[in-house]
Parts: sequence; structure tokens; C-alpha cells
Amino acid sequence: MNVRIIPRLDIKGPNLVKGIRFEGLRVLGKPEDFARYYYEHGADEMIYMDVVASLYGRNSLLKIVEKTARDIFIPLTVGGGLRSIDDIRAVLRAGADKVSLNTAAIASPDLIREASRTFGSSTIVVSIEAIHKGDGTYEAYVNYGRDRTAVDVFEWALRAEALGAGELMVYSIDRDGVGDGFDLELTQRIATAVSVPVIAGGGAGRITDVYDAFTCGKAEAVALASILHYNFVRNMRDLDGDYTAEGNIEFLKRGKIPAKIQDASLEDIKAYLSEHGVACRRPSKQAGRLSCGEKEN
Amino acid sequence: MIDYKPSIAIVDYGLGNLFSIKQACLFVGLNAVITHAREEILAADGVILPGVGAYGDAVDTLRRLDLISVLRDIAFSSKPLVGICLGMQLLMTESYEFGRHKGLDIIAGPVNRFENPKDKDRLLKVPQIGWNRIFPAYEGASWQGTPLQEIGEGEYMYFVHSYIVQPQDEEVILSRSRYGHIDFCSGVRRKNVYAFQFHPERSGPAGLKIYLNLRKELEKARENNEYKDGD
Repeated sequence: MNVRIIPRLDIKGPNLVKGIRFEGLRVLGKPEDFARYYYEHGADEMIYMDVVASLYGRNSLLKIVEKTARDIFIPLTVGGGLRSIDDIRAVLRAGADKVSLNTAAIASPDLIREASRTFGSSTIVVSIEAIHKGDGTYEAYVNYGRDRTAVDVFEWALRAEALGAGELMVYSIDRDGVGDGFDLELTQRIATAVSVPVIAGGGAGRITDVYDAFTCGKAEAVALASILHYNFVRNMRDLDGDYTAEGNIEFLKRGKIPAKIQDASLEDIKAYLSEHGVACRRPSKQAGRLSCGEKEN
Repeated sequence: MIDYKPSIAIVDYGLGNLFSIKQACLFVGLNAVITHAREEILAADGVILPGVGAYGDAVDTLRRLDLISVLRDIAFSSKPLVGICLGMQLLMTESYEFGRHKGLDIIAGPVNRFENPKDKDRLLKVPQIGWNRIFPAYEGASWQGTPLQEIGEGEYMYFVHSYIVQPQDEEVILSRSRYGHIDFCSGVRRKNVYAFQFHPERSGPAGLKIYLNLRKELEKARENNEYKDGD
């Protein structure tokens, strides 16, 4: 089995943002630039998460999805604020391959059943956003970490699977953007309890964290943000564009990367995994040329 | 015919993301139309049968749209027909997905569930979701003259499936892959009919190469037909 490395792009309006524990969002750039770069450097899939869709509507997200789908030929999962079958249909029509559901699925779990019947299980990813409680339990949160639900994540994971979720994204809000590594207990408990693939998210600060998610955490895939985004920013300081329209642009002006993040490229990560016995796809150089060279002939 | 773009009909029976298939077709210079109209399907230079979802529902929908005989007619003509994922499984005789369902019976053999694939001691998840490698059916077999032409042996493609096809006639197997300890057929060919268990349109540049090869084949087929017409 080949594990999957999935860049997760949190999107606010027209911008790619990244925060810590879903707060203090910094604008890092244009999602299309990051997506293109990740596609060309061996990303196995891509996740777009609209962090404010439920508050401001999502026309800009649909535009970004449409643009992405025209020249990026790996699976794209889109989530954030999807509330109904019609919402799901709209993002699929814009070019997404899968959708990720959290808030609406917890409010009405039947949405998972209906959506997986309508579009096929493999189209429906249920995103579980968890906060670790003092007593050792984990509670599911909704609305991008703003609201608690009193739902136990382990019970919810089994229920979501039974309702027809094709995959589960298990995301630790406590670890998000921190760089201390994944919540391996959370990941491992869910990954070994369900029979659908689990995508671990939240916390990767260095390459060895990614390795741990697959070995100790038993995940089938990881969603990565900071570790990849800061690497891209470091390499692409000449990005031009209008980032002043909305949000916090301090980062782009000063460019300090959070202390605990040892950023790495997709190639670095995959090389490390392969060398340490975790199988993953390493795209061939030969095939890579087709994307630019042969399009027009 | 310098500006001629071959046309492809993507059969729309309500399931799956047809848009990514259409984008891949457009990217390599095909004229693509998403349709369930018989006339449009019959008029196209080639036909893609896609699919995501449940086997029984898909067959029922194809029957309701009165497309089963159309697809069978195309399969037994010389027009290229390409099945993708569930579209590949639909070409088989029958499937054992939640009961027994008759398929289009274009390629003889059943569709069965992955049975507990294991990697060393670890039980692998079903569905298989992710990248896996494709290899020729047997050592020394060539992909020349097929849509896999010039694809490297062992190239990675993107898979999402719980069921696998088991063709009766080994001759139709175009590619094989391995999930855990299970060796399975990931591509078939029977004359003008091709089918893939993976999603070429989600498989990056290597997958797009398959669409480019398909375009070349459609161009060639058309040249041959024009030559014949002019005879």
C-alpha cells in the first residue's frame, strides 16, 4: 500500500491562510500558486478548506475550484460550509472530486447517508475536528473549531463510517499549526477502529512527524499545511500579487516562519519515507514532462 | 485535416465526477461532451463510460436511459469505447456487489470484492484509495498500440475501488496491479474496447498521457475511415 501526502490549503476569500489552532490566520499567498506547485512536485491529492464559507458565502471558493480543476489532474477534496446535497453538487460541478463534511454532518448525520447514496461513498469524506479533553476523551468541534458539540469523536467516527463516509479526516485542533507532531493516539485509535481510510491532520512540524503518523498512527494518508506552505514561501519569495485585500499580511512582510516548523518539500518527505520503509508514490521524471511539453501538440 | 479535433462522448448516467474526465479530454485537445443522448453517443468518434458508486444503481440507470444496447453496439463495432473505474466493471458479465447484478457482458467474467488484502501482517483498508503501480499482464507483454503506449512499466495511477474484475479470458488483460498480497487486473483490452480500474484523469501527467494516446487513436481511426470512404 502506498501512503498519500495531501497538501491542505485553508482558504479565506481569495487567499491561502494558516493559523495556529485555527486562530490568528496569516495570509500566505494565492491558493492557485500553491496548488500548482504541489501538483508539479508530487502531491498525491489536494484539500481545499474554506474556513469562512459558512459565514460569508462561497462564490470565491467555487471560482478557485474551477480554475484549479482545469489544469490540476489529481483528486481535489473541497470542504467548509457545505450544508446540503445542492451545496455538494455545486462544488462537484465546479470540479471537486470529493467533499469534506463536518458541521452539517454533525447537525444532521443523515446528510452523510444521503450524500454517499447520491454521489457514491468514495466522494464523501467526513472531517472530524477534535479537541483533547482533560479526562482523556476527545470532543468533536464544528464551525472551524469555534463551537463544541459534546459529541465523542470515537463514537462519531464509527457512526460516520456506518452512515457511508468513504474516508475520515481526523484533525487535531490542539495540534493545528503548532509543529509538535500529530496526535498519534487520536489517529491510531480511529485508524484501527474503522475499515475506511483515515487521513491524519494537524501538527506536522518536521519530516519525522509524517513518518510517525503512518507507523505509530496507522494512518493511510496525511494532510499537511505549515510544513509544506512555509517551504513553498521560503522558495518563492518573489511571489507577486495583491495580498492586501483582506487578512493579516504581517507574515508576507516580515516572513518569519514559526520556530517549531522545520519546513520540507514533498520530495524531501517522500524520499525520507521511502528510505525508511514507508511506501509512497514517487512520480517519474519522464511522465512529469508531459504537463508542460505536450499540451499543445 | 489540420484543425480537426476528435470528439468523445462521456456517458452521463448521474453518478461520479464527469467534469474531471471532461477537463482531461479538453486538456489533450479532444472535443468532449457529457451526455446521455443516444444520438450524441453514436455520433462521437469515441465513447467513455465513467462511473463512481453502486453497481446495481448504475445498471438500472443505464437501462432506464435505454443505453445498454447502444453501448453494446459500440463495443462490437470498431469505435473506441473506454470504461473507467465502475465503467470498467460494468463491461463485465456480472457483479457480486450487494447481491448479483448482470452487467453489459462485453467482457466475460465477474466482478468480486477485494478479499482481506494484507501487507505483511497489516490488513489493508477496502476501498483501496490512492496511488498504485501498473504493470504489463505478463513479462514481455507490450503496451504498444494501446492507450498505455509509452507509459512506463510500474507507473503510478490513482485508484478508488472495493471491487475487482476477473476476466475469464486472460488474453484481454492489459495491465495488472497489486494491493497487499492480491494481484488484480487493472486494465483490459478487447479489440476497440479498453477499460481501466484506475482514474487516468486523476493520475497526473502519466494519466493525461493515456488521454493523449486516446486522441491519437481516434485521429488514426478517422483517417482510416476517410480513406475507406474515398475508395
